Amino acid sequence: MRLEAKPAPSLAATLAYPAGAVLVTLLSSSLLVLAAGASPFSVFALVAKGAAGSQFALLETLTRATPLIFTGLAVAVAFRAKLWNIGAEAQLYAGAVVTVVLGTGALPLPAPILIPVIMIAAMAAGALLLLGPALLKTRFGVDEVVTTLLLNFIVLLFVSMLLEGVLKDPMGLGWPQSQRVVADAQLPRLIQGKRLHLGFLIAILAAAIVWVVMKKTTLGYEMRAVGHNPEAARFAGIPVNSVLMKTALLSGGIAALAGFSEVAGLKGNLTLDLSPGYGYTGIVVAMLAMLNPLGVVASAIFVAAIFVGADAMSRTAGVPSYIAEVMVATALLTMVVAIMLMRFKVRWR
Amino acid sequence: MPDTTDSPIVLRLSGITKRFGTLVANDAISLELGKGEVVALLGENGAGKTTLMNILFGHYVADEGTVEAFDELLPAGDPRAALDAGIGMVHQHFTLADNMTVVENIALGTQSPWSLRFNRAAARKRIAQLSQDFGLAVDPDRPVSALSVGERQRVEILKALYRDARILILDEPTAVLTPPETEALFRTLKMLVGKGLSIIFISHKLGEVMAVSDRVLVLRGGRLVGERRTAETTRKELAALMVGQEVAAPSVAPAKRGEALLVLESVSTAPSASGSRLDQATLALHAGVITGLAGVSGNGQSALAALIAGTERPVSGTMRVAGEPVSGWSPRAALAQGIARIPEDRHAVGTIGDMSVTENVISERYRDRRFSRRGFIDWKAARAFAEELIRDYDVKCPSPEARIRLLSGGNMQKLILGRALDPDPVIILANQPTRGLDVGAVAYVHRRLLEARQKGAAVLLISEDLDEILALSDEVCVMFKGRISPPSPRGARSIQELGEMMAGQGLEAAA
Repeated sequence: MRLEAKPAPSLAATLAYPAGAVLVTLLSSSLLVLAAGASPFSVFALVAKGAAGSQFALLETLTRATPLIFTGLAVAVAFRAKLWNIGAEAQLYAGAVVTVVLGTGALPLPAPILIPVIMIAAMAAGALLLLGPALLKTRFGVDEVVTTLLLNFIVLLFVSMLLEGVLKDPMGLGWPQSQRVVADAQLPRLIQGKRLHLGFLIAILAAAIVWVVMKKTTLGYEMRAVGHNPEAARFAGIPVNSVLMKTALLSGGIAALAGFSEVAGLKGNLTLDLSPGYGYTGIVVAMLAMLNPLGVVASAIFVAAIFVGADAMSRTAGVPSYIAEVMVATALLTMVVAIMLMRFKVRWR
Repeated sequence: MPDTTDSPIVLRLSGITKRFGTLVANDAISLELGKGEVVALLGENGAGKTTLMNILFGHYVADEGTVEAFDELLPAGDPRAALDAGIGMVHQHFTLADNMTVVENIALGTQSPWSLRFNRAAARKRIAQLSQDFGLAVDPDRPVSALSVGERQRVEILKALYRDARILILDEPTAVLTPPETEALFRTLKMLVGKGLSIIFISHKLGEVMAVSDRVLVLRGGRLVGERRTAETTRKELAALMVGQEVAAPSVAPAKRGEALLVLESVSTAPSASGSRLDQATLALHAGVITGLAGVSGNGQSALAALIAGTERPVSGTMRVAGEPVSGWSPRAALAQGIARIPEDRHAVGTIGDMSVTENVISERYRDRRFSRRGFIDWKAARAFAEELIRDYDVKCPSPEARIRLLSGGNMQKLILGRALDPDPVIILANQPTRGLDVGAVAYVHRRLLEARQKGAAVLLISEDLDEILALSDEVCVMFKGRISPPSPRGARSIQELGEMMAGQGLEAAA
């Protein structure tokens, strides 16, 4: 078996291959559903219904997609420059910590000023968190996969320490949770009485901005050049290390917005289960979108739909909701294969 | 032409056709190779030579046609079968693992994956014997990254011999060699055929084809356009067959020597990973003058090129550009000083393969007002520039949006040349500017360099092709062990004298 390079794929192929990947994912996970003793059709119908079958379901899916758009964008930006940021989870928590530190009454400002100030501070925290690994990479050649991955655990333990210590809510009946952010620091709901909040629109806006940055600006051009061929980029006079720093700042900052938006928009306070692995799922989201910022929005909604739909399905069909994890993981694998098939023709002898 | 020798046929290609989309890379090509015979495959870049050999070697699957080695049909698309049948290939771009030693590289893949121990001593002994038998001197214990290009090629040949190759395919083997190295290679080839091996020698250099082959097959546009016995043909006839028309040599007007634009005074650089460095090198590039730099590869040419290109800085000595000592030297600073750079490796350094032609041609100047405003790239202007270069430099490419990886070497080089020469540079660094290009593209590159010289640019031509240096240069310097000889004017030294200087004679004493 061998691979032959293909010319650039057409738009139809660019859409058809990911669709094929999703189809293969559904087919292979139906085997598991069968093993659990249920009918794949009714289970997938229930997943679809649970994800988009009602206004409530749809809004719930978009709410769940919001942090995934941020982490997916963060990963897409970094991977484009071949900066392997596996630490979106840690950057998310950094943003969340800053949000509760500044949002619980420390800054007596009105909402239109307070919210942007907190947002910028949260982004700065996430950006700084990724700057360390990026500096170690450019200065000493330390592999950023290792440093960013391990920082996730360090930051999570650090947050745990804060929640048992200085950030612990004195009125929290001993639970490891922070105080709630003040009303002026909360993101408004988009529809009265529903959970979907302004964070979703901020995420869409972020995706649009990232798309413009990558496509239209010199920075985006530099990032792509550095990602494709750092040696040629350096020869052409592109400051490779400084581009990697800027990429790290951008990626870390966007990932931190996920934490900011979850605290200020949804949860109101910080707990250790703020993120059920949104940082890691962001990698799947970015890969499914083939690192395209606008594609990230679509793939984040798709992944969120599977999670939300599977929750609803498990309540009625009795198939464990862990099927969602399997489906998302399978989707990543099939997508990686689809990307390869899109770029190469496979010759069987 | 029927084969008139009595030697048995060891390799037979019949009616090989290979299409890539609408492009027919090979059109019903047949060839026979006899035992102990050297067949040259001559043709311009893109004529289909490399495709044909990739099919023979199992890297591509032919759409039509068959390959027989030693009267056995080879299964298509199986390099292992080709290896087992005794076919060895030395690629134009080497396929060696840089971080492993010569012994490890040669033995790689010959050991059973289940054997726990690597019998290094036996492998080492066999390699030493082979390298002695065939005059392929190379230190078996050095990592490949520390070897010169010439040495790497020897490792590739040894690799094939180690696997008991009886048919050896050499793809543009002399592109990277000096005249003495080329002669040594030819002696090696003679020895190999003397011991019963058969050789296919792929080249576009007529002189070498005439010197080394018994028979010549000429390819043009994917078809076999001629077959001649070497003894019965002439360079002129072959050249005409190859390009389909007669080629004129460049005419060189006398130089108008201007002021020194770039001066190195006893400049040394830190050794690079490959050990290339400058050792108190002195050089002056004058306006309106092409300075040719001859030398065996690995004597500091890459370090000199890196220094002028801005990717390397001097650790001692003075480097002046336009009279001023440089400070904060970088690729960007070099570009700002009007230095055009044509890098040695157009795939790894000169272009970003997965980006489009448009994106590649602005890579050195995307910050100029012409191509960007307030951090936003003006893609319309960029695309217009790409179209302009494609037109002016006669580049064959599907569209400015095509990934540059899809272009042939010659077209890629034309784009690099256009990118470098468009801003009317005052200093031009041309490092192996014609390596691997066909006759037509070589003539084109030469003409452009001469034009730039007429306009008053100072040109440094680094080349391993001594003929090229002698044809173009107003002054010739020789590089040896990181030092540069004083320049000698055009015609002042013979090829023999230069060859001796390249081997270090008279330079070490002077240094």
